[in-house]
Amino acid sequence: MSNKLSLLAFTIFILLLYVGLDNNSRLVHSPLIDKKLPEFNLPILQSESQAKISTFPDDTFLLNVWASWCIECIREHQVLNLVVNDEKVRLIGINYKDSEADAVGWLNIYGNPYEYNIFDKDGELGIDLGVYGVPETFLVDKNKVIRAKYIGVISEDIYYNEILPTIEKIKDDY
Amino acid sequence: MTAYIGSFLVLLAFLNAILLISSKPILSRFVPDYGSVILSSSKLQFPLTLFSFICLIASFLADDFSLKYVSSNSNSLLPYYYKISATWAGHEGSMLLWCLVLSLWTFLASIYSRDLEEDFRLKFLSIMGLLNLGFLAFLIFTSNPFDKNVSIPIDGKDLNPLLQDFGLIVHPPMLYMGYVGLSVVFSFAVTCLLKKDFKPEWAKWIRPWALISWSFLTLGIALGSWWAYYELGWGGWWFWDPVENASFMPWLITTALIHSLITCEQKSMFKNWTILLSIIAFSLSLLGTFLVRSGILTSVHSFANDPARGAFILLFLTIITGAALILYLKNSSKMNDKTSFTFFSKESFFLINNILLVTATFTILLGTMYPLILDIFGLEKISVGVPYYNAVFLPLMIPLVFLAGYIPILFSSKNRDMKDQAKYFFTSFIIILSLSFLSILLFDEYNLSVFIGLFLFLWIILNLIYELIKKIIITGNIQIFVKNIGMFMSHLGLAIFILGATMVENSKIEKEIILSLNEKVEINNYTFQFMNLAETEGPNYSAVIGHFRVFLDNNFITDMYPEKRLYNSSEMPMTEAGIDPGFTRDLYITLGTMIDQDKWSVRIYHKPLIRLIWIGALMMVLGGIFSVFSKKRKNSMVNAS
Repeated sequence: MSNKLSLLAFTIFILLLYVGLDNNSRLVHSPLIDKKLPEFNLPILQSESQAKISTFPDDTFLLNVWASWCIECIREHQVLNLVVNDEKVRLIGINYKDSEADAVGWLNIYGNPYEYNIFDKDGELGIDLGVYGVPETFLVDKNKVIRAKYIGVISEDIYYNEILPTIEKIKDDY
Repeated sequence: MTAYIGSFLVLLAFLNAILLISSKPILSRFVPDYGSVILSSSKLQFPLTLFSFICLIASFLADDFSLKYVSSNSNSLLPYYYKISATWAGHEGSMLLWCLVLSLWTFLASIYSRDLEEDFRLKFLSIMGLLNLGFLAFLIFTSNPFDKNVSIPIDGKDLNPLLQDFGLIVHPPMLYMGYVGLSVVFSFAVTCLLKKDFKPEWAKWIRPWALISWSFLTLGIALGSWWAYYELGWGGWWFWDPVENASFMPWLITTALIHSLITCEQKSMFKNWTILLSIIAFSLSLLGTFLVRSGILTSVHSFANDPARGAFILLFLTIITGAALILYLKNSSKMNDKTSFTFFSKESFFLINNILLVTATFTILLGTMYPLILDIFGLEKISVGVPYYNAVFLPLMIPLVFLAGYIPILFSSKNRDMKDQAKYFFTSFIIILSLSFLSILLFDEYNLSVFIGLFLFLWIILNLIYELIKKIIITGNIQIFVKNIGMFMSHLGLAIFILGATMVENSKIEKEIILSLNEKVEINNYTFQFMNLAETEGPNYSAVIGHFRVFLDNNFITDMYPEKRLYNSSEMPMTEAGIDPGFTRDLYITLGTMIDQDKWSVRIYHKPLIRLIWIGALMMVLGGIFSVFSKKRKNSMVNAS
């Protein structure tokens, strides 16, 4: 009897750890989720015009925070270049705490998958968005409400298995 | 190229481990001399893993940023000694180090197991092989340090500045030697279960292994504590962080184990219990690995988290521990285990020692897992902190430490007359109690915990030293001293540790203040004057260095230079504390943030007797090592005569 009991206790303990493992997702519970994007007014990289909330597309899109000084971004960029090809997602960049020359040079070398880049030289939009490490990516719906936040490099695995299904779910809700 | 060789060697080690474990069940049918295959493959494991590890070090020294692991943990500007230690600074490399240490223990177990019966030895080494295989599979399939980058970055991301430190060079290897050493004890216990027996001479054989693992664990934990003290800039020495707990739990269980093994060896008792402790000790070190590597709990030690890794270790833990437990439940009742002993005996006190240690372990386990359990059920996130551990852990330790000062001498004397014993006990108790009252008068503050700490310190020290002197005078030979030197050392180390911990926790002074240039502040008769600030460049960082002049009762004693560093590659600010170490007290200054031009927030600590914490731990380590070798010498003397 006590034998069975101790095995049961061990099994419960392992199950608990397993559930805990599953609970732990890369998706970060940011206080900004389900909140509207903050107001801002910043220049657009390689353009004369200004970006505001109203310049965002009337569609679900990804807002990707990157910088030329960020080495991990190079790795992520290869994935972004790839995924924009299938035109299932719209991608807008936030160039974070960078110099214009570096940022443009970097896009020339590694390619430019973005519709346009918001040039956040001093990181003011970054602060409002609670960015604490580059790269970070926000999933925003057509009402400009943040639906999810991904910290770190977006791999193909994350894109196809997490982000794309979420986008399709959001589109279904409309 | 080196990376390919390293990668290939890991694969060879993996195949060799398969050969090792399949020899007994499969090869034995075709090859009569399968035993020599087991013996040589268990030795071969070590050079294979060692050379693969050397290849990884070489890749770091050569700045081979085509390797993902190198580019995320190193940088061309990093000094060469940190490039070497960066090899085990991240998850993948530290798992390779883990495999290396495991293969080293397997190698040693293979060499020194000649005295064991042939069949026992082969089974034992095959189980070691199984553990090797599990960890190598984990390394190859989820955390290969030789994985390539998709594109080669121009430079590496740099080693986390926190880890650019001497502490990191030594802390993980020592700790792993301890953790992994427990795998020898575990494999041995499982073999005993398979043989349905646990002979006293087997207990004698395994005890040095348990002692050495215990010594390494103690050293590793002490080094970690010392590193956190001077590098994290918090000025504390123990934080009850989940990862610290993960190392402390196996330590407590191993402490129980080295005591219960004595009973196994001398009285042929507690066999089942000892085997269970061996299984739990290694399982807890696996659990620790799981907690750290899966990112299931948040801690200062977080690695890059990957649920796949967590799932793998969990599976491994389930198989290894689960199989051992089922085997235990099935076979333990068949062991010839004497359980009758009188209440007033060494055995009964060892049992109390074990119960206290195991209970303490489970209170820590509960504290560590509690936030996770709440999280799973969607309740609010809480952290279980110091108040919990003080409330549940310390009350268990007080009787344990009390026993540590008395049991060794109680049963060492030939005189078993209850009346004499009782007389001695009460006399020493009253003398030491009054001494503690006298010594507490030296302190400004009276409180119960200082009193208990002082009492326990004096209790162990005086009892043991009195016993030692008495023994040497009466018997006139040093033999008794040599025989028990390890035990004396570790118990005295425990006493010294307790004195240090009590004093630091009860009479430390921690002040957070804002100071302008030339301003002075007085703390506990010490005056600190903020002299100036200078900027400087290190090899891979720039720093601001504060200069503080310290006076004791208006006499100059020292200059202190706390630093604030900004590492070039990661833009990560780091605090380097200014520490003036001393036997009686440490002075500790860290720069906080700049408030204004020439105005900084500063933390200044006065930590009495904090060095005793680590000195005590080092004495325990030496004690553990001495017991191994003094026993060895005694044996050889017996054999010679």
